[in-house]
Amino acid sequence: MKAAVVVFPGSNCDRDVMVALEASTGRAPAMVWHDETALPACDLIVLPGGFAHGDYLRAGAMAARSPVMADVVKRAGAGVHVLAICNGFQVATEAGLLPGALMRNAGLRFVCRWVSLRVEEAGSSFTAGYEAGQVVRMPVAHHEGNYCADEETLARLEGEGLVAFRYVGEDGAADGEANPNGSAADIAGILNSTRTVLGLMPHPERAAEPALGGADGRPMFDRLVEALS
Amino acid sequence: MSGAVRPMPDVPVTPALVAEHGLSTDEYARIERVMGRAPNLTELGIFSAMWNEHCSYKSSRVWLRKLPTEAPWVICGPGENAGVVDIGDGQAAVFKMESHNHPSFIEPYQGAATGVGGILRDVFTMGARPVASLDALRFGAPGHPKTRHLVAGVVAGIGGYGNCIGVPTVGGSCAFDGAYDGNILVNAMTVGVAPADRIFYAAAENAVGNPVVYVGAKTGRDGIHGATMASAAFDEGTEEKRPTVQVGDPFTEKLLMEACLALMATDAIIAIQDMGAAGLTCSSVEMADKGGAGIELDLDKVPVRESAMTPYEIMLSESQERMLMVIRPEAAEEARAVFEKWGVDFAVIGRVTETGRFVLKAGGAVVGNLPVRPLVDEAPIYERPYELTPRPAPLARALDDRASEPEPTAVLQTLLAAPDLCSKRWIWEQYDHMVMADTVQPPGGDAAVVRVHGTRKGLALTADCTPRYCAADPASGGAQAVAEAWRNLTAVGARPLAITDCLNFGNPERPQVMGQFAGCIEGMAEACRALDFPVVSGNVSFYNETEGAGILPTPSIGGLGLIADLERMCDPALKAPGEALLLVGGAGGHLARSLYQREIEGREEGPPPAVDLAAERRHGDFVRRQIEAGMVSACHDISDGGLLVALAEMALAALDAGRTVGARIAVPAGAPSAAGWLFGEDQARYLVSAPQHRAEALMMEAEGAGVPVSAIGSTGGAALTVEGASAISIAALRRIHEEWLPAYMAGEVEHER
Repeated sequence: MKAAVVVFPGSNCDRDVMVALEASTGRAPAMVWHDETALPACDLIVLPGGFAHGDYLRAGAMAARSPVMADVVKRAGAGVHVLAICNGFQVATEAGLLPGALMRNAGLRFVCRWVSLRVEEAGSSFTAGYEAGQVVRMPVAHHEGNYCADEETLARLEGEGLVAFRYVGEDGAADGEANPNGSAADIAGILNSTRTVLGLMPHPERAAEPALGGADGRPMFDRLVEALS
Repeated sequence: MSGAVRPMPDVPVTPALVAEHGLSTDEYARIERVMGRAPNLTELGIFSAMWNEHCSYKSSRVWLRKLPTEAPWVICGPGENAGVVDIGDGQAAVFKMESHNHPSFIEPYQGAATGVGGILRDVFTMGARPVASLDALRFGAPGHPKTRHLVAGVVAGIGGYGNCIGVPTVGGSCAFDGAYDGNILVNAMTVGVAPADRIFYAAAENAVGNPVVYVGAKTGRDGIHGATMASAAFDEGTEEKRPTVQVGDPFTEKLLMEACLALMATDAIIAIQDMGAAGLTCSSVEMADKGGAGIELDLDKVPVRESAMTPYEIMLSESQERMLMVIRPEAAEEARAVFEKWGVDFAVIGRVTETGRFVLKAGGAVVGNLPVRPLVDEAPIYERPYELTPRPAPLARALDDRASEPEPTAVLQTLLAAPDLCSKRWIWEQYDHMVMADTVQPPGGDAAVVRVHGTRKGLALTADCTPRYCAADPASGGAQAVAEAWRNLTAVGARPLAITDCLNFGNPERPQVMGQFAGCIEGMAEACRALDFPVVSGNVSFYNETEGAGILPTPSIGGLGLIADLERMCDPALKAPGEALLLVGGAGGHLARSLYQREIEGREEGPPPAVDLAAERRHGDFVRRQIEAGMVSACHDISDGGLLVALAEMALAALDAGRTVGARIAVPAGAPSAAGWLFGEDQARYLVSAPQHRAEALMMEAEGAGVPVSAIGSTGGAALTVEGASAISIAALRRIHEEWLPAYMAGEVEHER
């Protein structure tokens, strides 16, 4: 699998995801600066976490209009997989790759902690390494992770099995208390209708080795390598 | 925007103006002598910036010389932007702690944010990529009407800056005391890693004729005379100083950092200095002075974001995210291209000269011309009168009142819920403590640990001190602060290497305050020597005083240690039931100045616990050897709150890691006081957990090493039990420990002032 990580001014998880990809693929991904107009040939595009353009204006808004994004959108349309993590998820919604928007956390504060997630949909290259219903742990670290969409979109996401991850308690029950940001229906991550784009607020790359406190993110990268090689 | 410098209004330098610049009559006379004439207003501003307490250390310098600063592993001690120590394999750790107290009180979000920004710059200026930040915070009494607002603003500001730039904030400390009602403390520490042979310094040596380059954010009118503000006590008019607080832009700093680090990988840079306190003035003078050179600046070339700024304003602005560099002329275009890629301003604004003068030009005319060396060397140095704090007499304590002592788990509940000991999760969950994916020990333990990227090594980090000890006995408190940092690093299995300090005190013109300062320095110096733990960087913050009331003497100590192999790292979390609990360092009994005395007995009297540095060293070296040998499964140093609090914290850390592991201990029959044994804050002690089959061997070895170790109980169950007294469930302890801070911040608890 060839991967490319887009680096925006203000991205700060680009190296972290590079390390995780390298561990799973055995080779370093291409790091692509935001003002490039074309991506190299690749099977997976990663939009990493961080504060692209300082989150000024609106998180992800300026980055979504970076020169490289036209090619990202084009490739995604052609079926290239896109993994959009945290700030990358915000960029992906701003770029129209995924529906909905990420609003300010309901608690109005930045929140960095480990959360429990229930895998809602194992039928994608991103999530096939998990069992549906499995509870996994990953960290979140964001100020704007409160996923919102209109009723119709939410109903479609639920109906078509496009909700990939949901915040739950340690026992796997969605109880609202476990939701760190107030997102609609406790949504932590969603797929596009072709299941080739995943946007999620939690950081699988920070949960890719036991020394960091957990390795539940590792199957996501391993399975992508398997599916896309 | 540049090139629109407004000529200085022709203002005569009057005694009133001199006083407004915080300069005494004597100091002004010295300026006239150095200049050989009366300075103009711009020059007066420059002298005021260079000679204030914050930049010149005029009251502290004679004392700071007493601190040991050398060790075989020290690459660079105090005097540069940050200290540098060797961490092996051709790598160096670069670190420093600095105060941003005054601005944070006036405008907590921006004050704290720019404090973080400033300390990050200090580290990457030296060629190191920042890998972790910590913060030692002190706030006023919880019941003070301003405290909640200040906590909220400071925490949001630290997070807002660190989270955006993408450097994890991994630890620190936070405590409350009425002595900080009018002067909070925000001490920010950053640690970076660099190739040991590629450290960058400020000295513009052998650089005559080379271009002086300005990079980073544009200059505005913000922060003018911020350093002067940091050198004055607060009064009722302090709120009006809000405009002198700078505004931070972490996004710009991220770009500046990446551009600087990219350029540092080439040979373009001869000297580099960040523009911190007193901005362009301090940075250019330091570069010229350290290089034995002169500097000429063309102020029309300085990138500005406001129109019609005067030379005075440009020279004294404390706009953030700016750097000054001297580069090789042949590398100028390469350098420009790097900064353009990152969208950061790059402007050649002057050159290095052989004249030894600091010459400022605007509109083709010379608007300032000062001698470099005297600006630094002739700065006044004061041997301020000092009055040492009298040592408190030992408390006479009845030994037969064991029966009347309160029930241990009830005391534990009170202590764990107290503002100083309660969980600070509400704070550190607002900090991204995991970005860079190398945080292997998160906030909340003895020391945070970050992995040195791509290696098996770890850096252990801590930032704290115990001001109530320092107030009671400055020398003992100063030694204790250093010893506790050393112990915190030891408890995770690290070899302590060096410290950075942030010395926060009241008004140095008061002999009692200078006495506290002198005492703390004496104690610190003694501990640094005994523990081979030199000071490599730091700063002094005086004038933490409001309407005559000073803060507690607070020498914050930032400690750095090295773990050679992270496989051998230790942490405080209990691992499994059925293990032996071993008390290393002897039985406790000292309750004077303890949290027990303050929270349970409602008084603060007597001497702080004695610091025996030889015992500290012996016990710590023993514990570290046991950790390295894999004999110990959990370790925690015993400090605030004593033994039972330490044990509770170990059980709570286990719960955080998803394990319920309780413990059962017994107060030895011979202990004169159960409270003293359980809650005494005697020093040089650790609580460790070890599998039973190793415990015996460990105790045998301890005997040979002359280290007192006793088995006090075992792990297991879901409660903490003090035999013959009482028990409390770990779940209940957790609720009590976690409850106070979020409730307080939500305005749900009332406190008396």
